Amino acid sequence: MDKEETLLDHMEREGMSRRTFLKYCASLASLMALPPSAAAAMAEALGKAKRPSVIWLPFQECTGCTESITRSHTPSVEGMIFDMISLDYQETLMAAAGHQAEEALHNAMKDNFGKYVLIVDGSVATGLDGAYSCIAGRSNLDLLKEAAKGAAAIVALGSCAAFGGIPKANPNPTGAVAVSDIIKDKPIVNISGCPPIPVVITGVLAHYLTFGTLPELDGLGRPKAFYGETIHDRCYRRPFYDQGKFAKTFDDEGARKGWCLFELGCKGPVTYNACATTKWNDSTSFPIESGHGCIGCSEPDFWDAGGFYKALSTPANPLKYVGAAAAIGVAAGAAVSVANRASKNAAKAAHEKTQLTDLEK
Amino acid sequence: MNEMELLTWARGPGLNIAIGLFILGMLWRLVEIYTLGRKKDLAPARNAPGASGWHTVVRRSMPPHGMLKRSPISYIGGYIFHIGLFIVVFLFAPHIKLVDSLLGLSWPGLPSQVIDAVTVVTLATMLLVLFDRINNPVKRYLSTVGDYAAWMLTFLPLLTGFLAVKHLLLPYTTMLALHILSVELLLVALPFTKLIHVFTLFASRWYNGDISGKRGVPV
Amino acid sequence: MSASLQKGINALKEVIDAPVASFFASCVHCGLCAEACLFYTETGDPKYTPIHKLEPLKRVYQQEYTLLGRLAKMTGLAKPVTDDELEAWSELVYDSCTMCGRCSMVCPVGNDLTYMIRKLREGMAVSGHAPEGIVNATKRTVELGGPMGLKWPAVQNVIKHVEADSGHKVPVDQAGAEYMVLLSSMEIVNYPEYIGALARIFNKAGITWTLSSEAFEATNAGIQIGNSDLAREIVSRIVNAAEKLGVKKVLSPECGHAYMAIRWEGPNLVGRPFKFEVVHVLELLDELRAKGVLKMKDKLKTPVTLHDPCQIVRRGGVLNAPEALLKEVVVEFRPMTDHGKMNWCCGGGGGASAIHEPAAEELRFTAFKRKKAQIEETGVNTMVTFCANCRITLEESIDHFEMNTQLLGLTELLAEHLED
Repeated sequence: MDKEETLLDHMEREGMSRRTFLKYCASLASLMALPPSAAAAMAEALGKAKRPSVIWLPFQECTGCTESITRSHTPSVEGMIFDMISLDYQETLMAAAGHQAEEALHNAMKDNFGKYVLIVDGSVATGLDGAYSCIAGRSNLDLLKEAAKGAAAIVALGSCAAFGGIPKANPNPTGAVAVSDIIKDKPIVNISGCPPIPVVITGVLAHYLTFGTLPELDGLGRPKAFYGETIHDRCYRRPFYDQGKFAKTFDDEGARKGWCLFELGCKGPVTYNACATTKWNDSTSFPIESGHGCIGCSEPDFWDAGGFYKALSTPANPLKYVGAAAAIGVAAGAAVSVANRASKNAAKAAHEKTQLTDLEK
Repeated sequence: MNEMELLTWARGPGLNIAIGLFILGMLWRLVEIYTLGRKKDLAPARNAPGASGWHTVVRRSMPPHGMLKRSPISYIGGYIFHIGLFIVVFLFAPHIKLVDSLLGLSWPGLPSQVIDAVTVVTLATMLLVLFDRINNPVKRYLSTVGDYAAWMLTFLPLLTGFLAVKHLLLPYTTMLALHILSVELLLVALPFTKLIHVFTLFASRWYNGDISGKRGVPV
Repeated sequence: MSASLQKGINALKEVIDAPVASFFASCVHCGLCAEACLFYTETGDPKYTPIHKLEPLKRVYQQEYTLLGRLAKMTGLAKPVTDDELEAWSELVYDSCTMCGRCSMVCPVGNDLTYMIRKLREGMAVSGHAPEGIVNATKRTVELGGPMGLKWPAVQNVIKHVEADSGHKVPVDQAGAEYMVLLSSMEIVNYPEYIGALARIFNKAGITWTLSSEAFEATNAGIQIGNSDLAREIVSRIVNAAEKLGVKKVLSPECGHAYMAIRWEGPNLVGRPFKFEVVHVLELLDELRAKGVLKMKDKLKTPVTLHDPCQIVRRGGVLNAPEALLKEVVVEFRPMTDHGKMNWCCGGGGGASAIHEPAAEELRFTAFKRKKAQIEETGVNTMVTFCANCRITLEESIDHFEMNTQLLGLTELLAEHLED
């Protein structure tokens, strides 16, 4: 694909109608809570957009994020977006390997310095100077620092890049951290999720292409448009929660009737993501619809948040210190008690039988 | 620390520490109090029906004759907010789930609409009793910083819990974390404030009932 | 003189026990005890709130017997109890507390405040902060044998008159009698008919009885001022005399605190159970009534109400006998709204009536307004009671307010209407 070709040209060449494209822009705009007029602007901007260079660095990751994007629902406009960008380096997808691939990376960084978008998936190992995860003999840490220098913006894709994810789970042997823990001087957008929702990725890219800026972010650096509400807020099982109807096991009457999965450990109430609205697999469903609670994968440290099957109100291990606390408490009480007894005995010993003269000063 | 980390800390290490300190403080205080001992009453007891420590433990929950009229806010307000707290603490499904996971005990809860309503009434009643504490000359005269702190320690979990469930003011995650933290504060402070009456009142009533019971007076 | 703050604090340290600790831990400052206290309800002054009267005891408890309090004391953060403070508290612990026990009835967490006041007085007495009037009453009781300074020869004189008037013999120092009868000086001086009535009743019932020349006085200022050593000395006279005579029972007169002293505090003061039983005169009379021995020749025609003395009823446990006996001798009995164990105090119990400072007397009259309202509510002009101390207090107050309420002693009333 020619670098000078616009998305619209490319689409026409692929036989996609302009109408389909407009529909896509409209739905993207509404999904991102932009005004309706933005859809046209978006269509126009996207249509004219030149293919920016995108470099995708994989660190400590499982390729789930790549799977999520590429396997989502092809052929589709999401796929088109990837066609329209110049994905100059993506280990999994690129045909090149070895020195050829490295060369492509360095060329892209040099040619588009200051302009390329850096996508990172996977966390960054910092232990042993980053030696836990290396590509072509260089640590992820090094690679990230180098690639970040020339990036216009960084997309931390997936919970590992965004928050450290599973590699960072206790006891975090590799010293895994999030991209934002290393890079402080570039705009970073966190697209968390394990994996993240495809339309969220394309939405963010579309926003960047249209407006040249990153969308509005929440406190955790996530686009508010997608992470503004909890799964619980938008869950179709919410009425059961309000009525106090809970499935108690995965195969009881309540589970069959589709009651709330709160007691089975659903993390929906504390998980900010768009699953309940955008759904997965071409808007087919999301985990709760298939009878499993949300595991909170788009939240930091979800892996260590007390167990997937423990209700949110249920703490992980609250009685941890009870034995020791009880022993110390009784010991402290007993010590005071011994001191009190001594004190009282001393008072009794000091007692002088009261005479009438003792009633007056 | 972000909100999820705060919640995770509150539910994890925070709660461990709070429960630990609560148990520690409670046992310390109870041992400290009840090992002071008391002298055996050498006067031969007079027995009368209904006159014993145990009777008083139960009976003292009702207002003695004429008292309801003298201090209606204390009694009615007191009943409402104590019963309200009991309902909200023990009959709200997520709380039951907590006890279940801690002790393996479970019982049916109330629908969340009912809990919502009880919470609102309880919050309002707590504001009323606070007003009464400031307004009533005796209560104002007796009140110390400890009394207002104890009120706040009780009020905050109720308020934050309600705001969390209703998604008000702050994101649910943050509010839930604040709710749990406020409960932890309550747990840690309980043994060292007047809130310890939750435990000691039974013994106090028993002593009172026993002292008068030996004389044949049901109190 | 040798009272000192140190002795006071030491005495408090001796008497603080688990119930005291539990009570202070349980208090939620709800103020309901004030609503049960006539010194608060009639003055509206919150300083008369019962739990507030216990402030010095509370601080001594906290500073001596809790870890945090001990630490606060060590680091100088705790406010120590001072002589000035105890002096200021004298009014709260004696003048405005009759140890009537009403607050102990209402405390929602179950605190027995009266139990604690009694203990606080131990410290107040030996730190020299008991009111002069009670100190003097205590001195007279210890030195002269009774609060009025009455000696045995005077009693013998009275006995002679009683024997002449009633035609019944009054046995003295009769070993092996069933009952040893105690009197209060007030009865000997003002109502000697009481002795005659008892003689008649005993004879009729065929019960042997005696007076003791060594211990005829039942009152015990020691428990009022709050000093166990002196109270023990006073009560020991009775115990020794009764055990020397080998009587089965000792009969307490109507007097409220006398009954408290001998029946409930006595064994605890001497540190062992008695070898005899202590019976209140109304208990005996009620027993005789139930047996049919106590028959009335006629009844009082005027409607009456009853004032239940705190130390006999609420704190003493003689709950049913008074009303049962009263109904035997009157045509119409109108109980007060709060009666029996919930009755309001006369205002002069717990030694308060012995305090003669003008402020204390004025306070007593103010507190009496509660009783006055109660009497007026019943709409009767005759009130019966059965405690010499209540009677004096009530009479003074009735005079003060110029009420036309006639006061009668229950035992006398019964004696007057007793079948010949």
